[in-house]
Amino acid sequence: MNQDFPAGEIKTISGRSFAIKGDDIDTDRIIPARFLKCVSFSALGEQVFADDRTELKGLHPFDLKENKGAKILVVNDNFGCGSSREHAPQALMRWGIRLIIGESFAEIFFGNCLALGIPCLTSSKLEIKRLQNLVKKNPKLIWVFNLQELSIINNREVFKLQIEKGDKEMLLSGKWDATKQLLQEEERIKETMQRLPYLNNFK
Amino acid sequence: MSSNTLYDKVWDLHWISKSSGGPSQLFVGLHLIHEVTSPQAFAAIEEKKLKVKFPHLTVATVDHIVPTTNQQRPFPDPLAEEMLSTLERNCSIHKIKLHGIGSDHQGVVHVMAPELGLTQPGMTVACGDSHTSTHGAFGAIAFGIGTSQVRDVLASQSLAMKKLKVRRIWIEGALRQGVYAKDLILHIIRTLGVKGGVGFAYEFAGPAIEKLSMEERMTICNMAIEGGARCGYINPDENTYKYLKGRKYAPQGKAWDLAIRWWKSLCSDYNAIFDDEIKLNASAIEPTVTWGITPGQGISIKENIPNPELLPKNDQQIAKDACSYMDLAPGSPIEGTKVDVCFIGSCTNGRLSDLQEAAKIVEGHKVATGIKAFVVPGSQHVARQAELKGLHKIFLKAGFEWREPGCSMCLAMNPDKLDGRQISASSSNRNFKGRQGSAKGRTLLMSPAMVAAAAINGKVTDVRKLFKNSKFS
Repeated sequence: MNQDFPAGEIKTISGRSFAIKGDDIDTDRIIPARFLKCVSFSALGEQVFADDRTELKGLHPFDLKENKGAKILVVNDNFGCGSSREHAPQALMRWGIRLIIGESFAEIFFGNCLALGIPCLTSSKLEIKRLQNLVKKNPKLIWVFNLQELSIINNREVFKLQIEKGDKEMLLSGKWDATKQLLQEEERIKETMQRLPYLNNFK
Repeated sequence: MSSNTLYDKVWDLHWISKSSGGPSQLFVGLHLIHEVTSPQAFAAIEEKKLKVKFPHLTVATVDHIVPTTNQQRPFPDPLAEEMLSTLERNCSIHKIKLHGIGSDHQGVVHVMAPELGLTQPGMTVACGDSHTSTHGAFGAIAFGIGTSQVRDVLASQSLAMKKLKVRRIWIEGALRQGVYAKDLILHIIRTLGVKGGVGFAYEFAGPAIEKLSMEERMTICNMAIEGGARCGYINPDENTYKYLKGRKYAPQGKAWDLAIRWWKSLCSDYNAIFDDEIKLNASAIEPTVTWGITPGQGISIKENIPNPELLPKNDQQIAKDACSYMDLAPGSPIEGTKVDVCFIGSCTNGRLSDLQEAAKIVEGHKVATGIKAFVVPGSQHVARQAELKGLHKIFLKAGFEWREPGCSMCLAMNPDKLDGRQISASSSNRNFKGRQGSAKGRTLLMSPAMVAAAAINGKVTDVRKLFKNSKFS
């Protein structure tokens, strides 16, 4: 399992890719609630998609030998819907996923991934289908993702991807690691607090 | 772009700064924490040698992993005990108020904060739990956050966030007898879809919403996230003020009048601009039950389970998955579907009025043979109030179990779980595959009164048929 977690500026990611098909894949499927009983995220990688994997007895994409060590996940619509638990992106990250490409993402999931330095990029339904078919057919392909150019390529194909400008900037500049950024506004945090009626006037 | 809505006003007031092109930095007025999503955040704070910036603006309770049969320490599950003691240690080190085991207000975090008067209009409320949208019922802007953001809020009392668009969902008419807030929100999610609200805050408004009690409004806002909207809110009004008055952390005396004046100024203006507006009519809504594996797969009690082939193209695949997972036949009525377990509780429907409505149905009946039925009050406070009214006796006499407060079988992180293929009638908020503790377990979401009716008949039942002198029977 890849324990070399994202850090600093994120510009390119390269590696093999595989697909998880289906719309509305929720966080309880990504990491069933019974695995949330932990005070550390460290064991979650092994438990990603636990129930789906048990059901498929070794044939789940996260169990297939050819996908071991892959970094790029291709998903469909509304991926990561459900709870706000960061355990879901943590589980994916600790398994080794560093980039997710899909038709669309649930909002909190997207934000949680961003906070871990895992870009979630989108493309059209048709393009995603094409990409999923390609990675299925040839799991050995090495893909190179370039955030500045918003593309993912192999030696033959180019796929254009999308992400909002602000999110792109945060990843490129390393500002996705929010705590430091937020603490820089020390003075303005205090000013804001002092103008809130419920923390001052009628406390 | 929206303007002059409550969302805009609260946003502007809490806005700290904006990085170029990136998200804004937003001040968090009330931060709620619990044992599941906070330990890693505290660990990160300590690792980075940071301090909790304003400990008095964070409040903790314990809910997700708490056993509901016996809260005696240590918990039999060592992992649960470890999570609880970690929270206790973190709160003690960082001087955060904890309503822990044995306290009068221990309970589901989204039940605890409102009943203490912690949640007030005009606040920004954040918690590492997606159902934080509940607090929007008070005209607060409340949203769920991940653990990295819990860390950020602890360290800086703020977080990086993008402003949402605002959709007003205007509800005409009034809910009919036997139709509850739960039915209304399930109907809204069915209509707008589980991702219809992505990128939006939902403002729930209109005559039907104004008539709702605060507890009913919490049920509505609680499930905004199931419709994809990260936060949902309702403009504060007399109901809101009446609910808050006299609560422990609500403003008192002179401050109360000042607060009311400010709260009134927060409501969306008559000429507010919304990014989107939708109108629905509450009078047309029937008791609603989910049949599938997303909260958007709800139908009225009078409808049949849909044939996936006849649904809009985008809904077909998930409907097929749902039919095969739930093992319910397309075309057959949802009414009469046999259930095994009946669960009343959760941050959606574990408050006093939920238990009262369910008790009205249960009184004078018995739970059907072979059904496991249990009530989990949302908090110690709810439990004590219900006991004062004798509700526990009604439930116990009928054959329900009366438990200690916690999240319980809503997400089954404690010992309350479905077994194998069991099917539950549940007053909770999610019917995802495996949600209630068995990888193959099945969930039918409905109102607490409908769960009570299902318990009595052992199958999904139109609750109106159990009303005394019912014109539906």
